[in-house]
Amino acid sequence: MIEGLIAGLFDGISIGAVLLIVALGLAIVFGLMGVINLAHGELMMLGAYTTYVVQNGAKGLGGWAVESYIFVALPLAFLVAALVGLLMERSVIRHLYGRPLETLLATWGVSLILRQFVRSVNSPMAIGLVIFAALFVVGLWVLRRYTDWERIRSWANPVFFLLSFAIAALAGFILQSSGSAQFTRAWFSARNVDVTPPSWLRGGLALGTVLQFPYARLFIIVLTVLCLVGIYWFLQKSVWGLRIRSVTQNRSMSACLGIPTERVDALTFALGSGLAGIAGCAVTLLGSVGPNLGGNYIVDAFMVVVVGGVGKLVGSIVAAMVIGIITYLVGSGTLALVLSPFAALQPVTDFFTFFATTSMAKVMVFALIIAFLQVRPAGMFPQKGRSVEV
Amino acid sequence: MSQSVATPLPIADPLTAPMLKISGLNFFYGESHILRNVDLTVPKGQMVCLIGRNGVGKTTLLKNIMGLLRPRQGDIQYEGQSVTALSPDQRARRGIGYVPQGREIIPRLSVRENLLVGYEALGNRGQSINRQTIPEEIFELFPVLKTMLERMGGDLSGGQQQQLAIARAMMGKPKLLVLDEPTEGIQPSIILDIEAAIRRIIATAGISVLLVEQHLHFVRQADYYYAMQKGGIVASGPTQELTNDVIQQFLAV
Amino acid sequence: MAVDLPIQPRRTSKALRQKRLLIEAGIVVAIALVLILVMPLVLTGFRLGLLGRFLSLAIVALGIDLIWGFTGLLSLGHGIFFALGGYAFAMYLQLTELPAGQLPEFFSLYGVSSLPWFWQPFYSLPFTLLAMVAIPAIVAGLFGYLVFRNRIRGVYFSILTQAALVVFFNFFNGQQKLINGTNGLKTATSVFLGQQVGGPEMRYFFYVATVIALALMYALCRWLTSGRFGRMLVAIRDDENRVRFSGYNPASFKVLVFAVSGAIAGIAGALYTVQSGIISPQAMDIGFSIEMVIWVAVGGRATLIGAILGAVLVNIARTMLSERFPDVWLFFQGALFLLVVTALPDGIVGWVRSRFGDRLPALFGGPSAVPAYVAEMELEAESYREKELADQ
Repeated sequence: MIEGLIAGLFDGISIGAVLLIVALGLAIVFGLMGVINLAHGELMMLGAYTTYVVQNGAKGLGGWAVESYIFVALPLAFLVAALVGLLMERSVIRHLYGRPLETLLATWGVSLILRQFVRSVNSPMAIGLVIFAALFVVGLWVLRRYTDWERIRSWANPVFFLLSFAIAALAGFILQSSGSAQFTRAWFSARNVDVTPPSWLRGGLALGTVLQFPYARLFIIVLTVLCLVGIYWFLQKSVWGLRIRSVTQNRSMSACLGIPTERVDALTFALGSGLAGIAGCAVTLLGSVGPNLGGNYIVDAFMVVVVGGVGKLVGSIVAAMVIGIITYLVGSGTLALVLSPFAALQPVTDFFTFFATTSMAKVMVFALIIAFLQVRPAGMFPQKGRSVEV
Repeated sequence: MSQSVATPLPIADPLTAPMLKISGLNFFYGESHILRNVDLTVPKGQMVCLIGRNGVGKTTLLKNIMGLLRPRQGDIQYEGQSVTALSPDQRARRGIGYVPQGREIIPRLSVRENLLVGYEALGNRGQSINRQTIPEEIFELFPVLKTMLERMGGDLSGGQQQQLAIARAMMGKPKLLVLDEPTEGIQPSIILDIEAAIRRIIATAGISVLLVEQHLHFVRQADYYYAMQKGGIVASGPTQELTNDVIQQFLAV
Repeated sequence: MAVDLPIQPRRTSKALRQKRLLIEAGIVVAIALVLILVMPLVLTGFRLGLLGRFLSLAIVALGIDLIWGFTGLLSLGHGIFFALGGYAFAMYLQLTELPAGQLPEFFSLYGVSSLPWFWQPFYSLPFTLLAMVAIPAIVAGLFGYLVFRNRIRGVYFSILTQAALVVFFNFFNGQQKLINGTNGLKTATSVFLGQQVGGPEMRYFFYVATVIALALMYALCRWLTSGRFGRMLVAIRDDENRVRFSGYNPASFKVLVFAVSGAIAGIAGALYTVQSGIISPQAMDIGFSIEMVIWVAVGGRATLIGAILGAVLVNIARTMLSERFPDVWLFFQGALFLLVVTALPDGIVGWVRSRFGDRLPALFGGPSAVPAYVAEMELEAESYREKELADQ
């Protein structure tokens, strides 16, 4: 009985840890900018694909590389996702500041593009992208340097964008139709791919005869704790952390004090995106990697943000753990099992049995969340003086 | 409106180029005309006081100076250069310190952190300053802050917050200090402290000050005054010439 | 105030208003007649069926426009109401013409021997027709009540609707024994009013029904958004607190309009289901519900005609693109989201209106984007705040 409870708790915590690591970046960005990034799941997916690529590279090297690829993959996944996030923020999101609903739609657009991108990316497309980026960036730099940029920017920007895009698309198209089959093959197939964890993350830590803690889940818990400690340290002790906290609490006054709010936004968005990348790397240990990987986690992560409240890490931690544990206890049928010996509680047992699958457990958790919001509409740890609307 | 509306502000010494020069400023909220052709000059090293009843657009004018609001027409020049296109943080880093109405202390940062945030306005100026410690001058101005460095900014009383807001602005070594009703809603004993501190800042730091104020005896200490009504400047001149008539007309409720 | 206001207060005479209304009604009827009488001659049966489906999607777009365009509530979960309407009609079609005592076929696969209780009322056509509207409306109203009464709004509201959508998807997807789970309910071979649903006569019947429903829903939305109720919705969108301070309760208005919008989506779902031949949990796919919003955005939010235009145009584009280049469609759709949000915030109708101004017929009219009173209000709020601080 006790062992069952511990095992259940462990599984719940490990679900919660995954939720938390996914929700962490989301919560920080939401706290600062009031923006929910619907492409967060796709940034995770990029992190997962980065891990897949690194692992394939490691397989080529063999030996120790196969065992330790994950320590290369983690920072790389962070970097890839952070760079894509930075690009998103600079190119789209900053223009939508103060319009959170439009931002929601724009990030969804990005998520669609990213999902299709990993399905169809091949060498011609990648070359086309590089050509586009080079033309656009160099072109803008030249224009900025040699012309009266402020005067022409309203028409020059879109014109230049379209021009570079057309040239790049043409180049990609020519490469696509003339290249060999090998050259034009998609890098990743549309089907899911598998990442094999290093051997030391397979199997589990056995305690007694019944208890078994899978190493992969332990690793994710440790990783989540490390990320939390890192974020906490960064926010509390570093200069940029102080700036982020200041802007989060009072944006216009922070600007009047000289804090470069645009750079704070960009940095925070990149940081949140990078955390998504780490989350993506972590979940490769749990299952296969596909273009729709993010969708499995993302809505739960939104709920963590809603339940936890804005602006405090502890809210996200508690919310993730509570949601994780309830999801597990209901979804695995543990609750129904515990109640089954009591004949008088038969209806209650039936009730919980009805919800005893992973997807039905989500139904119940959502009902509980709506009920919870009736009591605490601003989440567990609401910040003083901020409205729910943000 | 027989006051010196059209006459340009008499600048005592031609060498003292204006620190801040606002010309032909028009601001709209949507379609409502809030600021109408505002001209205002703050000479270097002088204190200028802006008076007027509530709701005439004083705070809106200060927000335009800081860049929190964007004018539809007109120009704001700071140290002879236009800053109209700059963002609030860029203006702050050029040396405009702002003490807003309602203090706007960052609530969940400690007093120490609130002060350290003030260093942000230094930008590239003052590279030699150690930005982890708070200089002793700040505590000389506001001794009370030294005792509550670890308290949260939001937990301070109104008067303490006001002192913190001024201290925070001073951390960035501003060349122009913009104060929006610093004595408003504060108990009289602390008002005296705050006034003394501001006087001391002007005397020792030699900075320019633009002050919105209702307290008459404080107004009297300014070098120049501007009176606002319905979004426009309706009177201005040296403070010695601020007669009771003017006060009756533009300040008394 | 020397500035000329972009929107003159409408002090048109009653007679003029009535004349305009008549013209508008005439245009609507004319378009409906063209759709009903001319289109079947021009288009092949397959294309006409597509158009019918697009028009039923245009009905959802009207519902979305009502809450997003006018009231500022971004629902990412309208697939729920769409699917509920579709399931209601499909359940009736499963039961109708069934020999007494027999169950729809799929039940036997899961060893279900008696009809689940909630299927029973769907033997009745009047109940079904009512349920198509009422069930989505009640679900939307209940959800809206629980959320709006706590003043949850903005992004929070949007992601809660999305979570609700996922939850409904999970529920319908997981319950084989109740509603055939992931396979959904097929309607093509069922019989309705003595004819097979998938047959040509019925297809034309549902096409006509869709056009009429669209015209009626347009009229309903037009009626709701003009006049006091419409002004209240726009006021809630632009400044909810002011509405609250004026002594109204925005929550009840929001619950009502959300329920109406849900009911409209339910009708659309029912019509779409019979024209496509199936309703499955796929109708509650996350992407589908967000796409509904983009139809409205493409056409032009807060313009009803824009919602209809957007829904039809985007779906035509989708059909053309995904027939030829299936890979490109997602890229295109993603780019559409970005383009509409950043470059064309007022959509096609807004763009047309800004170019051609007031010379457009009343059909393109609609409440303005920024009412002049907002500005007045800002100023008032500031002077109020100054006074309040001074009084302390």
